Amino acid sequence: MAKMNMLQAINNALDLAMAKDDGVVCFGEDVGHFGGVFRATSKLQEKYGKARCFNTPLTEQGIAGFANGMAAQGMKPVAEIQFADYIFPAFDQIVNETAKFRYRSGNEFNVGGLVFRTPYGGGIAGGHYHSQSPEAYFAHTPGLKIVVPRDPYQAKGLLLASIACPDPVIFFEPKKLYRASVGEVPEDYYELPIGKAEVLQQGKDVTVLAWGAQMEIVQKAVEMAAEQGVSCEVIDLRSILPWDADTVAASVKKTGRLVINHEAPLTGGFAGEIAATIQKMCFLHLESPIERVCGLDTPYPLALEKEYVADHLKTFEAIMRSVNF
Amino acid sequence: MTNPNNATITTVHRAEFTASDALKIPTLRILQDDGSLYDGATAPELDKDTALKMYDTMVFIRVLDERMLAAQRQGRISFYMQCLGEEATTVGSAAALSDQDMIMAQYREQGALRYRGFTLEQFMNQLFSNEKDLGKGRQMPVHYGSNAINYMTISSPLGTQIPQASGYAYAQKLRGLDALTLCYFGEGAASEGDFHAGLNMAAVHKAPVLFFCRNNGYAISTPANEQFVGDGIACRAVGYGMKAIRVDGADILAVYQATKMARDYALKHNEPVLLESMAYRLGAHSSSDDPSGYRSKEEEALWRKNDPIARFKAWLLKQGWLDEAADNAKTEQLRADILDALKVAEKVAKPGIEHLISDVYAEPIPALQQQLDELKAHIRKYPDAYPITAGRLD
Repeated sequence: MAKMNMLQAINNALDLAMAKDDGVVCFGEDVGHFGGVFRATSKLQEKYGKARCFNTPLTEQGIAGFANGMAAQGMKPVAEIQFADYIFPAFDQIVNETAKFRYRSGNEFNVGGLVFRTPYGGGIAGGHYHSQSPEAYFAHTPGLKIVVPRDPYQAKGLLLASIACPDPVIFFEPKKLYRASVGEVPEDYYELPIGKAEVLQQGKDVTVLAWGAQMEIVQKAVEMAAEQGVSCEVIDLRSILPWDADTVAASVKKTGRLVINHEAPLTGGFAGEIAATIQKMCFLHLESPIERVCGLDTPYPLALEKEYVADHLKTFEAIMRSVNF
Repeated sequence: MTNPNNATITTVHRAEFTASDALKIPTLRILQDDGSLYDGATAPELDKDTALKMYDTMVFIRVLDERMLAAQRQGRISFYMQCLGEEATTVGSAAALSDQDMIMAQYREQGALRYRGFTLEQFMNQLFSNEKDLGKGRQMPVHYGSNAINYMTISSPLGTQIPQASGYAYAQKLRGLDALTLCYFGEGAASEGDFHAGLNMAAVHKAPVLFFCRNNGYAISTPANEQFVGDGIACRAVGYGMKAIRVDGADILAVYQATKMARDYALKHNEPVLLESMAYRLGAHSSSDDPSGYRSKEEEALWRKNDPIARFKAWLLKQGWLDEAADNAKTEQLRADILDALKVAEKVAKPGIEHLISDVYAEPIPALQQQLDELKAHIRKYPDAYPITAGRLD
């Protein structure tokens, strides 16, 4: 075990993946010599050469299309989109190409092994172009897998699983935690399962569900609730697509209540999908309406970021509304 | 249809490539470092007042950049972007426009903005995201914009303004206005799909737009030789069937003359023109960047000598239009004024909570109004957690 922050854990995962399989290639804007604007690909060009870790021209649609082509040939491109806010020029390549490659060809061709890594989320005074959480747009696209880690250990294991995955994966990295989140990480290769939620804390009164950087926010809320005598069960969803409805439903059947928290705006956010599924699976077990604590239905602001975000206080209030319904 | 492919048909009977470097575009230089003109060069027509306004704008931006980068280092603002080394590029081009022309910039064109008349207070209000900011404190520092002076608000995503400029200019043409659109972007942004889309649309639909590429050598850490292989950006314009001109970006007389010529041509013929200004991004990409990770101090030192302000100053002195002592005193005064304005702007309140939901739509939709009401109730319960808005919810 070694102490790593999330960037080091991601860098370590990429290093191991490149060492293990020479089909793994890392590229994106500023990814080469500089090692990426956040330094996630630091030293990889030095170690594996310019052919396997390189700067691309500044074109996200080009990066995504290039990655599709490489993956179709059978390699494992790990393409970085510098900020998730800048993924939209690549939307066509990802939604119409990446996601449908296998299906449209009757499995003649596929882009399994392709991973898009991209930093997402707020809390860094980034305004609306350096703070967005666009996972729900992609969750509406069958054929993609979507993964969001919460800490360095998860980031490494889930990234290695994403690279090994036979389907294309979008790997959203909570940039707020890149250096802030530090933990023990095994130095060897390991994978964590895609599509499996993790119950972080057992509880009996209410289930609190989130992912990525919001895990530490809900943890704070859960501690406040505990002081009020409320026992929360805490779940990290980890994968948005496919998402682990069984684990969430089993928990809600036990607690009878569900609070979902995400950074992205409320309307059309992934919490809506979860709520609809869980109310069907757990209808007779629910003691209160499912609560959603999300960003407001506005672009991500700058000066009023504190007011906008789905913070621990709003989450605590939702937990209390849920148990006092 | 005699020419269905819309391409030259010159027949040959032996297979031969057209060379990838067949097109070489020269760089216009007028002004030498010592303030004299190159042999055969003619200075553009420039009256004393305009020349001094250009010079003052360059100095203003240089001093503002120094002060605000320092303010970022002190933690007073969250982010900053300098335009060090590119002052002539943006000021020279903006000076060649009419005030009615629309400017669509990328983000490093504060020189053009200042030339248009953006005030020191307006700069500061945006940088401090306060309630007087025209953008209502919603965007990161340097994302300026002002309808009154025809300067489109900056958007961080790169290259998005390029096809918009084509559309804006096309609309100017349809309206019969004696005005065009100048669109700034970097050599990195020219890799985005929007660049190609924008150029082609403007050429096909004959939009009077000046595509102004600031080729400053770097897109964050990526040098131009890892960005593209061809001869800069200007040669691409020719591929889209438009005129192009390349200038020395540290030579304000060349930038001014070329832009003036391009503007006249574009308006007269309703055609786009591409200008490529060759400069060097002497500062970091932004306050979040550290160039020592990707380029040498020696390289920077070499380019530091190529100072656009010093070159223009030498010319102004030769013209007898500038008094050095008075100029130094003026710059000292400017430093003091900037610091004073900074101190005022940082004390101005942040935007009120109503601006969290205003402008998402022309009028807030019911769901948003409800979200705001709930938020206010929440803040009333936890006023200490939301100090910016808690004291003024009503």
